[in-house]
Amino acid sequence: MIQEKVAETPAASDEAPMLLSLRNVGKVFSNGVTALSKVDLAIREGDFLSLLGPSGCGKSTALRLIAGLSTPTSGQLDWRGSIDRSNIGFVFQEPTLLPWANVFDNVWLPLRLKGVSRAKAAPTVMEMLSRVHLTGFENAVPRELSGGMKMRVSIARAMVTKPRILLMDEPFAALDEITRFKLNNDLLELWQDERFTVVFVTHSVFESVFLSSRVVVMAARPGRVFGELAISAPYPRDEVFRTSPGYAALCRQASDVLVDAINSTAGSHHDGR
Amino acid sequence: MTVVDDTALKLDPEEARRARQERLERMGKWVLPLAIMVLAIVLWDRICVWNEIPQYILPRPGVVLQTLHNDAGLLFSSLLVTLRITFLSLLLAVIGGVGLAVLFAQSKWVEMSFFPFAIVLQVTPIVAIFPLINIYVDNQTVKLLLCAWIVAFFPILSNTTLGLNSVDRNLRDLFKLNGATRWQQLRYLRLPAAMPYFLGGLKIAGGLSLIGAVVAEFVAGAQGQSSGLASRIIEAGYRLNAPRLFAALILISLTGILIFLVLSLVSYLILRRWHESALKQEH
Repeated sequence: MIQEKVAETPAASDEAPMLLSLRNVGKVFSNGVTALSKVDLAIREGDFLSLLGPSGCGKSTALRLIAGLSTPTSGQLDWRGSIDRSNIGFVFQEPTLLPWANVFDNVWLPLRLKGVSRAKAAPTVMEMLSRVHLTGFENAVPRELSGGMKMRVSIARAMVTKPRILLMDEPFAALDEITRFKLNNDLLELWQDERFTVVFVTHSVFESVFLSSRVVVMAARPGRVFGELAISAPYPRDEVFRTSPGYAALCRQASDVLVDAINSTAGSHHDGR
Repeated sequence: MTVVDDTALKLDPEEARRARQERLERMGKWVLPLAIMVLAIVLWDRICVWNEIPQYILPRPGVVLQTLHNDAGLLFSSLLVTLRITFLSLLLAVIGGVGLAVLFAQSKWVEMSFFPFAIVLQVTPIVAIFPLINIYVDNQTVKLLLCAWIVAFFPILSNTTLGLNSVDRNLRDLFKLNGATRWQQLRYLRLPAAMPYFLGGLKIAGGLSLIGAVVAEFVAGAQGQSSGLASRIIEAGYRLNAPRLFAALILISLTGILIFLVLSLVSYLILRRWHESALKQEH
């Protein structure tokens, strides 16, 4: 395994307390496929960490392990302090909303499952809806919303329990570029206000560099961590950053590591899953 | 830049033609079947007159209508008996079908163990089972209910089971992540997700419960005052009272149509906001 440190991690991030470390984590599926092999990863409080890699590199698997939706076959995950599932928010690749329930009820769901009544949950739900710019859409059902709006509901639902860590599995992959940029900006804004930790799975170099403080590049067969890049550009990041030469240079760096990661796979026939 | 006035925009001939076509089709949907129906009734009447067919073989439509009016007391009290059996058995089919489906959904093992019995019950003709029921059950109403239930519950059971098991995998993960209990998962996720499937089963079961009620009465035989429409039909057949036979038949048909329409409406009202099947196809 090659550990490439392209840039120094910013000092601030080093000082932040550790939230989770994956040690030597491996996952072999029952069909014999090794999805992850010997993954070491340290996630600090307040990180915006992207897992970047080609299809089949196990980035979604890693996310599911962190979420507790699946268990590693080797190695371990160490959480600092106690963490239970209510501290974890998860945003799927699809909006994954209840089609029969309106926007309010969809966002209320995680609280409802914890026994919080509608009346008690209402202020929190309404606040989350305003944070994702969906005030006034409480009574709409998912099919009445656009793809971007559905994703906003999904994010509001994940955030309504005020999780310490937000896991996102290629959430914007299916959206058009304009909508994706808008959601990128809004997500960053939310993250800067609340300072939760984000683990963001993506196959887009540009998206990972724009959003993250750290980009972890993964390689496939077997899925493993290939290298890491610290993105030291300051926040807040906006459209000016997105069109700056500095951003372009960082994208080039990340892209180079990604190309190396893809080439490191034997045969390197990159044909999706 | 030129300013485009929206009101001045005209539909191009192709679009206008299509709109006209759609309007015609919408009207045709009602007018055509009605016209054919009226035509068929007139033809029926004429055939009776032209061939001088006696009333006890094929009565004229007017006579049937007259009989429907004259025998209203008898026929409608029988209709009520049939309706009671139909709705009670449909209700029991819903309770039994959904109950069993929920039970099956709790574990693959339960489903594997018991589903074959449901199929056996479904594929064995009810007429063949009835003599057994006749031996074991005394009460006439219970007999009929049991028969109609056996016929009607299966579509509800199989559809609801399918629905409960076809929940989106990510939604299931979401509930797991949020620590949902089995009961919460059933109530907030699986039952609502199964609703369109259940309603599809209900529409089939509605028709079947009427068929079940009528067939059961046919094989069970008449029971004096509390006879349903099936007994009236048999009785009228013995007496060569064709007008009453037709009148009873019409009542049963109308009941079936009404049940279907009501259940379709219920289904539409429940699903119209979210399910693909109930959405208008306009864009």
